[in-house]
Amino acid sequence: MTQPEGIEVERLVREFKKGPRAVDGIDLEVAPGKIYGFLGPNGAGKSTTVHMLTTLLPPTSGTARVAGYDVVSQGPQVRSRIGAALQEAALDPFLTGREHMRLQTAMHGLPKPERAARGDELLARVGLIEAADRKVGGYSGGMKRRLDLGLALVHRPRILFLDEPTTGLDVQSRTALWSEVARLAREDGVTVFLTTQYLEEADALADRVGIIDHGRLVAEGTPTALKAEIGRPTVEAIPRDDGELDALASVMERFGERAGASPKGVSVRLRGGEADLANVVRALDAEGIGVEHLQLHAPSLDDVFLAKTGRSLEGAGGEEETATEPAAVTA
Amino acid sequence: MSVPLLTQVGQLARRSVLRTLRQPAQIVPALVFPLFLLAVNSSGLARATNLPNFPTKSYLTFALAIPFMQGALFSVMNAGTDLARDVETGFLNRLALTPLRGSALLSGLLAGAVVLGLLQAATYLLVGLAAGASFAAGVPGVLVIVALSMLMTVGFGSVGLFAALRTGSGEAVQSLFPVFFVFLFLSSMSLPRNLIQTDWFREVATYNPVSYLIEAVRSLLVKGWDGEALALGFGVAAIILVVGMVAANAALHTRMVRT
Repeated sequence: MTQPEGIEVERLVREFKKGPRAVDGIDLEVAPGKIYGFLGPNGAGKSTTVHMLTTLLPPTSGTARVAGYDVVSQGPQVRSRIGAALQEAALDPFLTGREHMRLQTAMHGLPKPERAARGDELLARVGLIEAADRKVGGYSGGMKRRLDLGLALVHRPRILFLDEPTTGLDVQSRTALWSEVARLAREDGVTVFLTTQYLEEADALADRVGIIDHGRLVAEGTPTALKAEIGRPTVEAIPRDDGELDALASVMERFGERAGASPKGVSVRLRGGEADLANVVRALDAEGIGVEHLQLHAPSLDDVFLAKTGRSLEGAGGEEETATEPAAVTA
Repeated sequence: MSVPLLTQVGQLARRSVLRTLRQPAQIVPALVFPLFLLAVNSSGLARATNLPNFPTKSYLTFALAIPFMQGALFSVMNAGTDLARDVETGFLNRLALTPLRGSALLSGLLAGAVVLGLLQAATYLLVGLAAGASFAAGVPGVLVIVALSMLMTVGFGSVGLFAALRTGSGEAVQSLFPVFFVFLFLSSMSLPRNLIQTDWFREVATYNPVSYLIEAVRSLLVKGWDGEALALGFGVAAIILVVGMVAANAALHTRMVRT
């Protein structure tokens, strides 16, 4: 039995007519109150998975239970317990922020006396109370995303799906949204399923990360465990005197194999992990080699993606997913 | 959580009306173009009233029925384009995640078309009156014209909803507009059917349902109370509405495939 505020997915598949198998038998589990980062390039199957988990698209096969309910046979129960902000902020440019809240609270069945207060509470929470009576067509991208998030919360869902919530946002808007998502999980205990193609987003927010590529889950775990599984940190050093480059290389190679570096320096993957950094410094000092720049690089989720797929996440995207056009794919 | 159907229809209707009223690009052409065509026709074809058996001496009164039909055709584009935009932007998905009923969505979306239809009918009647058109059926006839105009607007609006749900594209919906105008021009728009001399044109106009919609409105302006013309007009409008709503409902089930 799935935990009432969690997500459990088994061998989930979605095939499109005349198209690829967008989701190809994924298994995953999200514990209540945790943030799950679903990381992958464009076209990997992230949005299709979200559409299935939010009941907007029936799976071809496999099972998924959200909040304890089956997404195929208990769609209305699932929808009553989830909130979702899908890939593009789905807003009406001719309505104001407050009018959106009024519509959304009414459609979710909030009692009439509560609607205005709940709408204002959420508008304040996402920092839009001053812009509440402006038409959404004049909002910036960040404001639209924040309103989208607020609208997803009107009925106090216990599970929140966010499909690439920060794509296209500036750093300030992105950071503000991260704070709100983290707060939702930490303080309100909301379970968050977040898709992203940004490594730093998954790293900063997610308790667990699933990496999807070509519809298959290629890695899953906590960000720390995933990085530890495949990556050792690298240390990069640039000598003060260019003539000491070979000597510096010879010392550093005692601590690990060479990794890529700038032409002016040497980089090695530390055999003994971060703890070896002090030994590197001592050895260079003992040899009298002056160092202009020394930097430790922790392994990243991109290293994990590279190790699992043979490609870097940057530029690994395929075609956009087609999950937003169900009529074109189901008949 | 169960949400009453009336609440859903009311909220969606409110939104539909607001967005219609906030788009002058929807309102202005729907008011201006039919009146422009009325002005051109009633001055250019005024001598048609000299034809034997032409039912009135005022071509303006005869032609005043046309704007009501044109206004209804605009609702295909307006209602359809608004819904297609909801599909394109994902707003339909937002609604699909609520306990929305399909019937509430379709009814609510037509509310904007109804308001625009009322605005159009009032404008055409006032302009017609100011320009000297006569109303043979009097004030009750005017009320029947408004009612028929509403039915036509909602009927053609439902066709727009079907097109939007079937294609999911605002451009595809807009491309329907000229097609419907062909129906208008191949109807008894400019002459009574019995005075059309070209056989194939008269035949096409006879089979064209638009002729009966125009003739029902025209009967109230020109003749007074003509039960047969009114029955045919209301009947055709009702059939268009029923067929449009059934088709739109089927298209909605294909488009909104939530479990």
